[in-house]
Amino acid sequence: MLRFIVRRLIQVVPTLLLLSVLIFAWLRSLPGGPAAALLGDKATPEKIAELNTVLGLDQPIPVQYVKFLGRALTGDFGNSLITGQPVTAEIARALPATIELSIAALLIAVVLGIPLGYVAARYRGRPLDTATVIGTLVGVAVPVFFLGYLLKQWFAVDLGWFPPSGRQAVDIDATHVTGFAILDGLVTREFDASWDAIVHLVLPAIALATIPLAVIVRITRASVLDVMGSDFVRTANSKGLAPSTVRERHVLRNALLPVSTTIGLQTGLLLAGAVLTEKVFVWGGLGTLLADAITRRDYPRLQAVVLLGALVYVLVNLLVDLSYALIDPRVRVR
Amino acid sequence: MRALLEVEDLTVAFTRRGEPDSVAVDGVSFDVQPGEIVGLVGESGCGKSVTSLAIMRLLPERGNRVTGSVRMEGESLLDLSDAGMRERRGRDLSMIFQDPLSSLNPVIPVGLQVTEVLTRHRGLKKDAARREAADLLDRVGIPDPRRRLDSYPHQLSGGMRQRALIAIALACTPRLLIADEPTTALDVTIQAQILDLLKQLVAETGTALVMITHDLGVVAGLCDRVNVLYGGRIVERAERHELFRAPRHPYTHGLLGSIPRLDGPPGEELTAIRGSVNDNLPWTAACAFAPRCPRALEVCTASTPEVEEHDGRLLRCFNPVEGS
Repeated sequence: MLRFIVRRLIQVVPTLLLLSVLIFAWLRSLPGGPAAALLGDKATPEKIAELNTVLGLDQPIPVQYVKFLGRALTGDFGNSLITGQPVTAEIARALPATIELSIAALLIAVVLGIPLGYVAARYRGRPLDTATVIGTLVGVAVPVFFLGYLLKQWFAVDLGWFPPSGRQAVDIDATHVTGFAILDGLVTREFDASWDAIVHLVLPAIALATIPLAVIVRITRASVLDVMGSDFVRTANSKGLAPSTVRERHVLRNALLPVSTTIGLQTGLLLAGAVLTEKVFVWGGLGTLLADAITRRDYPRLQAVVLLGALVYVLVNLLVDLSYALIDPRVRVR
Repeated sequence: MRALLEVEDLTVAFTRRGEPDSVAVDGVSFDVQPGEIVGLVGESGCGKSVTSLAIMRLLPERGNRVTGSVRMEGESLLDLSDAGMRERRGRDLSMIFQDPLSSLNPVIPVGLQVTEVLTRHRGLKKDAARREAADLLDRVGIPDPRRRLDSYPHQLSGGMRQRALIAIALACTPRLLIADEPTTALDVTIQAQILDLLKQLVAETGTALVMITHDLGVVAGLCDRVNVLYGGRIVERAERHELFRAPRHPYTHGLLGSIPRLDGPPGEELTAIRGSVNDNLPWTAACAFAPRCPRALEVCTASTPEVEEHDGRLLRCFNPVEGS
């Protein structure tokens, strides 16, 4: 098991290297560039060339890459072209916000998704099932930002149940320890701060959870139906076992295998959803960093955020593979 | 002596909205005496598996209609509540299936799959159930049974898996065991071992066995009486020796004729039954087998042959092969 993990972690290195090359080349092939974006209306070809020299962007791309790589290996990803601050510091500040949002969204998706999919399969063809299937179709089809704005309009503006944006109310004087707003409140016993953070989290988490929730419901439903028709479930029934035993012991565990894969893939996609959700709810996480960096061609920040996203994706899928070994005895990790 | 199992006029139709029902089992009647081994023989699609699933009430909940009666020790199984049927399944009657790998749950140990039936019907507690399960695995010839309890199905060989399934089916010493092609997925030497094991176990426990197979070789070594099914109906029933000595229905005759013989002349051609089940006529207007039958007369395609009994043998044919 340990050897498997170590080997998989070693595999991460070439993955990230290759990806860094791709991002590097891709960014520099985009029309426009940081100089033009920074100068805006004042941009003249001379000024752009001058600024490019200052930023080191006049050098050949391979040279730029080697320099980038050399510094990146020491943990220095450069300074943001927008704020001038070290990218790593920016990410460190924004990361907890995004992690909090993603975990909340994933929790909603998994905790609601698996039971819903399961119940839909159990009552296949009945109104409950039909409603679930249609609901998930809508859930997958509705664009995240549109849903975000709808939620905000209804539950924040019209009903006033939840705050419309931000992570914490400005009048809350919270002490920051870890950067995770809810956790900080618990650690410092400022429970009002925790509660305030939770209230802020509800709408964006729901918006971000919609697509993974819908996908998990569908996969769970299909997987449960598939397993219910399998030979070993017939064997279980031929033993006269109670229906609850058949469901829990024989159906559910087998049905969870494809679901765990889906959870891993959806976790990776959360970052993409977070960009839009954070934008709508002014969340101030990685998504916001990324969105700003794309419009302003902030190369250092883009490179760092995308690589981090890739790293998270790889690690999450490693976790999924490990969970497979726990659920399915046929998978033995070596 | 009262029969252990009486199946009367059992009919199973698969229903689909907007389509005519498809009748898989068409008025099948047979009985099984306590401790008896009865064969249900026929080629693929003749309704033998559906018959067994209908007796066990393991057909899907929807999309089929079962009529007729199935009585076990006088009690109508088709009229039992779901809970009542679950009470009997695994305890009074149990079943072995065709593919031992897919019939075992891949993600839980074999031991639990044996003990769960013991805890369910015999009320054994964990440790006692484990000891009993190890004994059962030992009885079906699985070496090192204690260790095997913790094995997963994929860690066992095909023959071992089928042995484990037999152990599960016989765990509560049921009075009736239905075996649906239990050796089809196994290679020939293992087939013989499994059949010997089944024969020995049912003899020891007095369990009656319904053996469902397409393989007349299996029937020859095992069954007391044989029912030959064609197109969802029984076309011939006889004592095993009678059936093999003098098959009277042209279909049975053809089945026996298509078995290669070790003592036949070298280079002898196998005689096959021509056509396939797709050529069947509906029983309602004709003999379903008529299009494939070498002895078909005009009457065979014009009206339905009824079952007739001669000297303890059941026959559904207008022009049977002469008995010798």
